[in-house]
Amino acid sequence: MKVKSRFGPLYNEFEIGEVDYFAKDSKLKLSSGIEIDNFPIAYQTYGKLDAKKSNAILICHALTGDQYVASKNPVVQKDGWWDFMVGSGKPIDTDKFFVICSNIIGGCMGSFGPKSIDPKTQKPFAQTFPFLTIYDMVRAQNLLIESLGIERLHAVIGGSTGGMQVLAWGVLFPHKINVLIPMSTSYRHSPQNIAFHEVGRQAIMTDPDWCDGYYLSYKKFPKNGLALARMTAHITYLSENALQSKFGRNLKNKSGFSFSAKRDFEVENYLHYQGNRFVERFDPNSYLIITRAVDYFDLETDFEGNLSKAFFELSKNKSCKVCVISFSDDWLFPPSESKKLTHSLSACDVNVSSVVIESSGGHDSFLLKNNIFEKTISGLLIEK
Amino acid sequence: MQNSQNINTQKIRFDLQIIADLIKPNSKVLDIGCGEGQLLSFLKQTKNIDGRGMEISHTQVSKALIKGLSVIHGNAENDLVIYPDKSFDYAVLSQTIQATHNPPKILFEMLRIAKYAIVSLPNFAHFQNRFEIMFRGKMPVNKTIPFQWYETPNIHFCSITDFEKLCFDLHLTLEKKIFLTSHYKLLGFLGKEIIANLIARYGIFLITNKELFATGQEEFAFKNMVNLGYKPAIQSLFIKDKN
Repeated sequence: MKVKSRFGPLYNEFEIGEVDYFAKDSKLKLSSGIEIDNFPIAYQTYGKLDAKKSNAILICHALTGDQYVASKNPVVQKDGWWDFMVGSGKPIDTDKFFVICSNIIGGCMGSFGPKSIDPKTQKPFAQTFPFLTIYDMVRAQNLLIESLGIERLHAVIGGSTGGMQVLAWGVLFPHKINVLIPMSTSYRHSPQNIAFHEVGRQAIMTDPDWCDGYYLSYKKFPKNGLALARMTAHITYLSENALQSKFGRNLKNKSGFSFSAKRDFEVENYLHYQGNRFVERFDPNSYLIITRAVDYFDLETDFEGNLSKAFFELSKNKSCKVCVISFSDDWLFPPSESKKLTHSLSACDVNVSSVVIESSGGHDSFLLKNNIFEKTISGLLIEK
Repeated sequence: MQNSQNINTQKIRFDLQIIADLIKPNSKVLDIGCGEGQLLSFLKQTKNIDGRGMEISHTQVSKALIKGLSVIHGNAENDLVIYPDKSFDYAVLSQTIQATHNPPKILFEMLRIAKYAIVSLPNFAHFQNRFEIMFRGKMPVNKTIPFQWYETPNIHFCSITDFEKLCFDLHLTLEKKIFLTSHYKLLGFLGKEIIANLIARYGIFLITNKELFATGQEEFAFKNMVNLGYKPAIQSLFIKDKN
């Protein structure tokens, strides 16, 4: 089913692609205890499912990502976010594999989220939308996979928030997977990362156009707050070296300082650009819901302080292998956290690999072309 | 795939071939310092082993992963603690022990996680090295030891005799010893240790720890990832870490 959705401060309408409804017969119970039913998931697929239904790969998108992995995003009219990785003859080869990517629940690209209409009030959920966890997102993805008739996924791959979903797959559905590739991620969201998220949330909620979350009903949009949230977050996605080499202390106006609070430096300009672009494609309530879900993620606490226990069931799936990929200059999810994750997987005898890839793009390196990275991914997907 | 297999089979390094011969088919092998996974992929193809690797260089790890092997980016000195007790049949350490800070600790770690340790090392007491020092008064630099003294990673050089003494002191059992020149295995009387220590360039040892076998440790180091295998008497032999 094709549906349309509205975006950004201008409320432009876009066609959002394939959407299906799930949990029609039995409700899906969320971590908060709230039950949901008959909710939509928007997704894209690439390639063909083989007769045995054994070549499916699920890609989990990051915090503000979407289902347009390798096809044109209808909202921003740009190539998919992982276009260099997914496609015919590419590392995740759509001639061999059937690739699925769904918009996470809580998101704003067609899946069940705060922008969805509450059947009871006939208005957007906004602040009445239930808060979620990463587990909830994965349970919803599982309903989609089941509806496609797939019993076992060849691989689940994702970076950052997507990487958390990959780990949650390993915890919730350990016997349904052959290969797990968590990238640029961690087993938990660190206090520093939670702090950055809170700055973003406060930026949104203190915007005069926030209207307690019901901005859609008032035909307003907290765009300054959302842009500011994105600007703060974007700093954490890069690295000091990346900023240095990309912008240095270069001035926008070559003639010198303006001696005012206007934007003087190119790096400032860049952040504003990132903020403004983001506003056109993302929903402020979704930003709150998803950042909260990421903050709540901590496998170690969920398993009595012993991270290995999280993977105990996974260790019984002897045909499963895991590869933890991190990037050398990622300071949001540093290689040290990946190392702990690897060690815990290994301690319970999971077939785990790990690699720290030399990078210069910070946390966002998994979204950038890199020969070694691409070859590693294709090597991991080789069937036995 | 088929083609690359043939190439691998033919081109494996001579000493790795000897190590491969020591390993039983269908076993589980950890290759410590596996590089780009030459030995592991050879064993996978010829002996159907379940292989894992650990490697300190990330570029080498990537190369191994591209081949479809399971390799962890880690350091033999610190990271062997992550493996549960007796999770492997063999732990292989090929020409690395002389570059580690604490060889006895690594040997014990290997025998905690595997039933057998296979260690290969360059023999510092080879006659050519002795000659270099005795008559030229220089640190030996040759094919086996290709580093100048100021750039060598080898901080704990030993001879075949030294290594055997260490294993004896640690109460480890040497199940098999193989001595090699650059291209041949030493046979018959030449394989006797005293002669081997003079003319062998490499020694390869299959080591086990009968005492550890007998103690019947927990199979799974699940609750406590710290090593369970050390005995106090043996611990005194350990070189204390400088850090």
